[in-house]
Amino acid sequence: MNNAAFILVAILTLAAALAAATLRKLMHAALSFAAALVGLAAFFFLLGAEFVGLALVFIYIGAVAVLIVFTILLTRRDVGKDRGFNWAGVLIALAVFCGLTWSILKTQSLSIVAPHIRALTVKRIGEALMTGYVWPLQCVGLLLTAALIGALILVMEEKR
Amino acid sequence: MTPTLQAFVLVSGALFSIGLLAALSRRHAIFILIGIELMLAAANLNFIAFWHFAPQPHQPTGVMFAIFSIAISAAEAAIGLAMVIAVYRHYHTTNVDQLDQLKG
Repeated sequence: MNNAAFILVAILTLAAALAAATLRKLMHAALSFAAALVGLAAFFFLLGAEFVGLALVFIYIGAVAVLIVFTILLTRRDVGKDRGFNWAGVLIALAVFCGLTWSILKTQSLSIVAPHIRALTVKRIGEALMTGYVWPLQCVGLLLTAALIGALILVMEEKR
Repeated sequence: MTPTLQAFVLVSGALFSIGLLAALSRRHAIFILIGIELMLAAANLNFIAFWHFAPQPHQPTGVMFAIFSIAISAAEAAIGLAMVIAVYRHYHTTNVDQLDQLKG
């Protein structure tokens, strides 16, 4: 991991995220959101968590971004553009950003370099999921099933 | 020279602020969902960064947290977008300022 790759990925991610937050056309914003997630997955690869990076690409870009695009297409009669813009939100976000940056820069213990680590293989992740994390895994499976059935019921056409 | 933990946490904070900006300032429901997803993504970046810079990174705890967080945010996105479609069917708008029937 070197500085040049980090700076490049950081600029890509933050620029795409800013575009997703501020572009006026919804479809452009959704595609910028997907680009920001590609940058985030690149961060995960830089940090040695390849499995999470791949899962992010599959789940977010393969499912969530496509779902957002479909929703935009299904609700398109309501102008593809977003007219209102709340400037109080900009002020609050800026204040939060300044507060976070100030407190991060003040914290001395954060300026450490990574220790040398063994690569985390998918085998070890699978072992951990099947031993120590079985209950959370089952709960997440139940939650996902319930959420998807709930989403289906919400969008089902009402028959009278 | 390699980037420190501070750089990753700074990027994560910036990403969170951008998500907050999208969630607070836009009036379209889908933009608000995109903002919430960006904030969740910033939290995931923090989990992975703190795991990578931990003194003993042999336990995959941070990775597990990130995996479960990704699964839950996928469920959240599915429900949120279904609600956007349901609201659009009833009110023919997705502008959250116009959904004010409960306003006193």
